[in-house]
Amino acid sequence: MEGTSKILPAERFDVLFEVLKKQGFDIWGVHEKDDALTLAPIDGPADLPRGRIDDTGPGKMRLIDGSRDAYFDHTLPMQGLKRLVYPPQDKVFETGEDYMFTEPPVDAKPIAVIGARSCDLVALETLADVLENGPYPDHRFAERRQALCLVAVNCTRAAKTCFCTSMNSGPRAESGYDLALTELFNSDGHRFLIEAGGERGQAVLDAMSVDEATDKDRHAANIISSTVAASMTRSIPDDARETLKSSYDHPQWSDIGERCMDCANCTLVCPTCFCSTIEDRSSLDGSIAERWRRWDSCFIRDFSYIHGGVVRKETASRYRQWMTHKLTHWHDQFGRSGCVGCGRCIAWCPVGIDITAEIRAISKTGEAVVEAGVS
Amino acid sequence: MRAVSADEATSSWDLGMVPRPFRVRKNRRELNDVVTLELEPESGEPMAFEPGQFTMLYLHGIGEIPISISGDPSHEGVLVQTIRSVGAVSEGFCNLSEGDMVGVRGPFGRPWPVEKTDGKNLLIMAGGLGLAPVRPAVYWALQNMDRIKKLNILYGARTPDDALFPSQLLGWEAVDDVKVLLTVDRPVDDWYGRVGVVTDLIADLDIDPQETIAMVCGPDVMMNFTIQSLRAWGLDGENVYVSLERNMKCAIGWCGHCQMGPHIICHDGPVFSAPEVAELMSVWEL
Ligand SMILES: Cc1cc2nc3c(=O)[nH]c(=O)nc-3n(C[C@H](O)[C@H](O)[C@H](O)COP(=O)(O)OP(=O)(O)OC[C@H]3O[C@@H](n4cnc5c(N)ncnc54)[C@H](O)[C@@H]3O)c2cc1C
Ligand code: SF4
Ligand code: SF4
Repeated sequence: MEGTSKILPAERFDVLFEVLKKQGFDIWGVHEKDDALTLAPIDGPADLPRGRIDDTGPGKMRLIDGSRDAYFDHTLPMQGLKRLVYPPQDKVFETGEDYMFTEPPVDAKPIAVIGARSCDLVALETLADVLENGPYPDHRFAERRQALCLVAVNCTRAAKTCFCTSMNSGPRAESGYDLALTELFNSDGHRFLIEAGGERGQAVLDAMSVDEATDKDRHAANIISSTVAASMTRSIPDDARETLKSSYDHPQWSDIGERCMDCANCTLVCPTCFCSTIEDRSSLDGSIAERWRRWDSCFIRDFSYIHGGVVRKETASRYRQWMTHKLTHWHDQFGRSGCVGCGRCIAWCPVGIDITAEIRAISKTGEAVVEAGVS
Repeated sequence: MRAVSADEATSSWDLGMVPRPFRVRKNRRELNDVVTLELEPESGEPMAFEPGQFTMLYLHGIGEIPISISGDPSHEGVLVQTIRSVGAVSEGFCNLSEGDMVGVRGPFGRPWPVEKTDGKNLLIMAGGLGLAPVRPAVYWALQNMDRIKKLNILYGARTPDDALFPSQLLGWEAVDDVKVLLTVDRPVDDWYGRVGVVTDLIADLDIDPQETIAMVCGPDVMMNFTIQSLRAWGLDGENVYVSLERNMKCAIGWCGHCQMGPHIICHDGPVFSAPEVAELMSVWEL
């Protein structure tokens, strides 16, 4: 995305926070809590996990000290942007016994997210294709998304579980951001290259007194992105989509079925998983009924229940549903991949099931990254 | 994926998750555990639908279920739905009385391709409650007999007492160019009709398979066998249509529950041509 680019010295980073607050945004960012990275409301640069990096692997996420004092050498928080636009529970209507339905107003507070990564921006567009750009636009999702100011951070380091390059979703933010930061450390000091990705971002930039970036700065940022891209070891093979179409009976599914515990962690942390269920509740005296929409997971046994029985009785067929949806049928349904390569499902799986390794076992092209599992 | 025009997406009936109030005009008991409800919109604004479409029926505080429309598409003012009591929500609907209120969302889904039957024979094959979702296509055909050649209805029920709409079946049989054949799995003492599965009735057809469009509705196994039998009879798979059923929470493509491989059944279906789904239907636990 073309726009103006500026340079903000790291010691003046708080200026960005102040301008966003002045423009009416609550600020959210990555915060270290209970030995994990979480997406949470933050006040200023001091709340960021400065100097910390995430050491991830299958079933593993540890925070350790990095080698320098960077704000953004860590990668992803546990959650994607999903919960900001699509809350885990949302009341969609209320009615009395007269069936006069009323819809609660949408809590679309203006939120600025500092540190959104490219994969998560692509995941947000992926979700929008499902919920906003389909035949029945979900206006609650759309209004919340409109209210977001996305301050992207181009990754300066990939975690071991990252594979956005192979999914064409990173590591450099290409679209869907209002501002994009690249953290630079060089002879000119510790600074941020800031690029505006639209009018809203430009307005923020215009309200800050910052210097113009030079070609040298932009070049430095490009080098960082290509170095990070080249450092990723995991990938999804190019033939995954086709291979899975003819692999419904592959023995690997029951092998995975033996290991997977149906905990649904992978679907909860995945930034594109959109499945939901409906809960119709009523008040104690039965007069007021409410409908709630709640996140659901295809790993739950009753997910496919129809009268007479559950369609996907085995864990194997449920995992197959999840992975074939991500890598194959999402293309059929929405014209893009349902996986953006963030690697969260790998890190947060309690038994270390790794989508990139499982697809290799089925497609038999190339070698999987072999790594110790849960540590 | 089915393309949906902007008009379609913004029709006045489209309110996402929020139903519209309807009132029960009549509750007719069809079978022991099956009723047909006639519903009228409180607003008076009729809900137009096409044969094969379904609605989401909501009962205050109890829940919401997908139910096919079983009425006559040319009678827009009244919404007719046939429901079997199998659990909490469907039982609640079966117990409603005249004047009770319900919520309705819809209509949803890709309809039976009735236009495709122009100049052809229409073959309807149904099992059990599967007659309800194809009844709107029968109504359509009966009103358009000048456009189609012959209407054949092959229907299988568990026992003679489980046959849905029995007096209507008799009435249809009396119409020129309409043939109705009934078979049961388990006969009773005074049953002199056919015994066996519905696919056995295909042998009794005296129409040209090359000139026929089939619409099939029943349990998954029945539809699977019927697709195979119709192909063996000489009917091109492209001309065989089935209506599929999966768990549905939203019917508007948001909830993910009704997926079957590439299909999101609530809007890509529930009606599919055999080539679109036959292979998928035989995949284990898809
Ligand atoms: C497109 C479509 C058309 C249908 N048309 C008819 C019809 O014309 N007449 C009729 O009697 N039935 C029809 N059904 C089936 C009907 O929706 C189920 O019998 C009903 O949902 C059962 O709900 P319950 O709460 O009474 O039963 P329970 O078995 O207690 O179900 C509990 C919950 O599971 C879900 N569920 C259970 N069975 C189904 C199912 N088959 N499909 C989707 N969700 C289910 C529902 O959310 C339900 O509330 C149709 C289903 C679909 C998908
Ligand atoms: S499937 Fe896994 S790697 Fe892909 S987007 Fe979801 S959580 Fe990230
Ligand atoms: S793959 Fe892992 S994270 Fe996902 S449900 Fe199975 S055990 Fe849980």
